Amino acid sequence: MRNTRDTQLLFELSKAGRRAVELPACDVPQEPIADLIPARLLATCDLPLPELTEPQLVRHYANLSTLNMSVDTHFYPLGSCTMKYNPKRNERLAALPGIVDLHPYQPDESLQGLLALLYGLQEMLSEIAGLDAVSLQPAAGAHGELTALMVAAAYFREQGERRTKILTPDSAHGTNPASASMCGFDAVTVNSTSAGFVDLEDLKQKLDDQVAVFMITNPNTLGLFDPYVRQIADLVHERGGLIYLDGANMNAILGVTRPGDFGTDMMHYNPHKTFSGPHGGGGPGAGPIAVTAQLEPYLPSPTIVKKGNGADACYQLDYDRPRSIGRVRSFFGNTGVLVRAYCYIMTHGPDGLRRVAENAVLNANYLLSRLQPLLPVPHGPRCAHEFVATALTLKQQRGVTAMDVVKRLLDFGYHAPTVYFPLTVKEAIMVEPTETESKETLDAFAETLRQIVDEPPETLHAAPLMTPVSRPDEVAAARKPVLRWREAEQPSQVEG
Amino acid sequence: MNPQELLYAKTHEWVYLAEEGGTQVATVGISAFAVEALTDLVYLDLPEVGRTVTAGESFGEIESVKAVSDLYSPLTGEIVAVNEELREALEKLGEDPYDAGWIVKIKVSDQTGLDQLMDHAAYEKLCEEEQA
Repeated sequence: MRNTRDTQLLFELSKAGRRAVELPACDVPQEPIADLIPARLLATCDLPLPELTEPQLVRHYANLSTLNMSVDTHFYPLGSCTMKYNPKRNERLAALPGIVDLHPYQPDESLQGLLALLYGLQEMLSEIAGLDAVSLQPAAGAHGELTALMVAAAYFREQGERRTKILTPDSAHGTNPASASMCGFDAVTVNSTSAGFVDLEDLKQKLDDQVAVFMITNPNTLGLFDPYVRQIADLVHERGGLIYLDGANMNAILGVTRPGDFGTDMMHYNPHKTFSGPHGGGGPGAGPIAVTAQLEPYLPSPTIVKKGNGADACYQLDYDRPRSIGRVRSFFGNTGVLVRAYCYIMTHGPDGLRRVAENAVLNANYLLSRLQPLLPVPHGPRCAHEFVATALTLKQQRGVTAMDVVKRLLDFGYHAPTVYFPLTVKEAIMVEPTETESKETLDAFAETLRQIVDEPPETLHAAPLMTPVSRPDEVAAARKPVLRWREAEQPSQVEG
Repeated sequence: MNPQELLYAKTHEWVYLAEEGGTQVATVGISAFAVEALTDLVYLDLPEVGRTVTAGESFGEIESVKAVSDLYSPLTGEIVAVNEELREALEKLGEDPYDAGWIVKIKVSDQTGLDQLMDHAAYEKLCEEEQA
């Protein structure tokens, strides 16, 4: 069934003279190119572009697209990424001509529908966060982190303070210390306790008047809600610092608790996770941030504001923000994914969002219970929206690693869970089923894993056996990457 | 070098102390246990010769297909040599961690950090605990 001929590289499929389009004769006067561009800048030969027909091109890409896994085709329990199903309804609504046919340079008066929608989203995100103000500009979660840290830096500058440090727990997403560093702060790691929570003693030791922000993920990357989060916030606030919440795991607490209620000063959302926007190929993500009233003046410019009420209401882009850190993204941010988030939140309503969180937590706990006899969960027996199992025993007894186990899952039609993260768990396998999976899917997944852990180690080391590519050489890819195709380097015969 | 005779930091660096021209020079690398735990290595960020380092401070980074980890200086002093050959031959860290896989040499300026280092037996015990 698999078409390996049409999935060769376009360069390999190329035949001189093939075309996918035929252009009509040019009906505007032509100038010789040499009269327009200095001769020294002109290429001396034609560009070596591949030449193909339209059906060849369509077959090439259509076949390549079937070699992938996606939430539309497979269970995708990729921990930390909240790969929930993306409702098709949101796609349809986000594709309405009233949204996609707008031009960002249109006057505000002619964009009222979209501005009303984005204003509504700001309000809803503010309510869900329990925080006062929102900026929709950041283009991704990590961009939201950076933007919020810039907001914090501006705040401290106005206070006449020069704070230099950002604290992050050792289980944090790598983006947290990276954002701190990008923003000119020193990132300092705070240890976790063996129970998986922030070590309060270590925090107290590292907390001083140089700490600008403590960045916390709650529930954390072990899938645990830190019961001391209020105490942590108090400790940081007492020393004049701010609390940043990495909102990657909001799916566990939607409508159950609000970050603002447990002491958060600023946070980002990942609408492509929590609010079902597509990841990757389906379009870019977004990373809107929410902050307290105290930090609102520093939010990126412009924000979307509402003037007047009822029939007189109108929406404007407010550039009159003298203390703002300025723009961090052109136009209104990644509007497409924001529209999908708006549709998702409106579809569910407050009670529906709470049910999303409850079912995400229920699904994760059910799967945890089924998997624990096969792969121990060191921070179990309960979790929030995800959990981290370990293949350490399997490695010690049979030489089978976390990587071997999850690679084998691909052969059975499951996307591999996240592995080797967080670093605080050895041979980590991080599983997040999300609320959109049925009990039958979870049972089938658990049953497959039960089979896999009993398979011969040789089979598992070689897995995956049924995918088009088995195990890429990651070391060679990192150390000696081949970044461009060259004819001379290719074998004359291509297999397939 | 004989791993039995080296000193070790909690963060898995090994140290070989020697007298060279009246000053104490520490050769530093990472233990076989650390290389094994890091898995396949892809990148090593080495410091400049002449840089001063403090015990417990990061002097470089090592990246594997799994993660990026800091390399911590076990002692205080000045970097007097860097194993440039590792840049193109990271596999030496795994094949020969205690000889060809040395990373830096530090001219030790004071004894800070020395009392934190452990002998081979104590280090083995630490590795066993981490493995459990």
